[in-house]
Amino acid sequence: MRQAAMATFAAAETAELRVALESMGSTDAVEIRKPETGLVMVRGRIGGDGAPFNVGEATVTRCVVRIASGETGFSYILGRDHEKGRLAALCDALWQNRDRRAEIDTLIIAPVRQRLAREREESRARTDATRVDFFTLVRGED
Amino acid sequence: MPAISPAFANPVFDTQATFRAVMDAMARPGETRAVPAALTPPAPLSPSAAALALTLLDYETPFWLDAALAEVDDVARWLKFHTGATATANPEQAVFAFAADPLALPPLGAFSQGTPDFPDRSTTLILQVAAFTGGLPLTLSGPGVAGRRVFAPSPVPPDFAVDLRANTGRFPCGVDIIFAGPGSVAALPRSTRIATMRTDEDR
Repeated sequence: MRQAAMATFAAAETAELRVALESMGSTDAVEIRKPETGLVMVRGRIGGDGAPFNVGEATVTRCVVRIASGETGFSYILGRDHEKGRLAALCDALWQNRDRRAEIDTLIIAPVRQRLAREREESRARTDATRVDFFTLVRGED
Repeated sequence: MPAISPAFANPVFDTQATFRAVMDAMARPGETRAVPAALTPPAPLSPSAAALALTLLDYETPFWLDAALAEVDDVARWLKFHTGATATANPEQAVFAFAADPLALPPLGAFSQGTPDFPDRSTTLILQVAAFTGGLPLTLSGPGVAGRRVFAPSPVPPDFAVDLRANTGRFPCGVDIIFAGPGSVAALPRSTRIATMRTDEDR
């Protein structure tokens, strides 16, 4: 699914994208919208179902490129890294091309997802070590 | 999705240069100012009109396109992509109106005139012309014009001088017009008084 692929490119490190794309060769692209940085308002809900409120503004960089075979790739990433914005858009464009998708899947999406899952698991394990279970003693008054 | 051509190579400097050109052109009605024109917008949108669009439009400014521009879907798509503005079919709701074919332009009264309280809410008209000389000779006077200045954009709508005078008569309401010629722009703000060469009775 493209949405999930784009999310993975956005979560990848700049170096991961750069190294993988360099190993793929011919990835020339025209920048239709050069990388540009702006702010987006992040909204949230307490507990997932409360009234929506503005959490705060996040710095976002976006970019649009077109590759030689005609696909247009988009990226919206957190932060101000213009190079990453361009690389993520390039990945999205290549991912849409049938002939290049497999390469992108094996060189970028799979390893990045693996790394993210590992990091999430490590963080979960660290947090789990300090878990405190609360329970209430029933006083039996009524 | 068909190919969308890139916008300015240096968005900050190019839009600032274009804005400066428009501001000076508005301050000196009938004088031309060069704009950066290294753009390849979808025809029939001209590079100078495209430069104005990239500089002036944003998500709060609905734009109107004349029939010549509206029949090519790529024009609206290009403008929406690069500026975030929305298109409107109703000239009264447009903050900016683009016309590639001045001969088929609706009367100036068809556009938003602003209100006495908010005259700034009127439409700004961007008219693509082939040249700033050799057309209908208009003698300009008023704010920003020392004495008189002759301005002859070509082509212009039929009865343009009459329409322009009616527009000036609606001051402080009325539309402002920017002429987008090849590589440069000129402007006729609503405050400029207009006479044609032949019937020079207007003051």
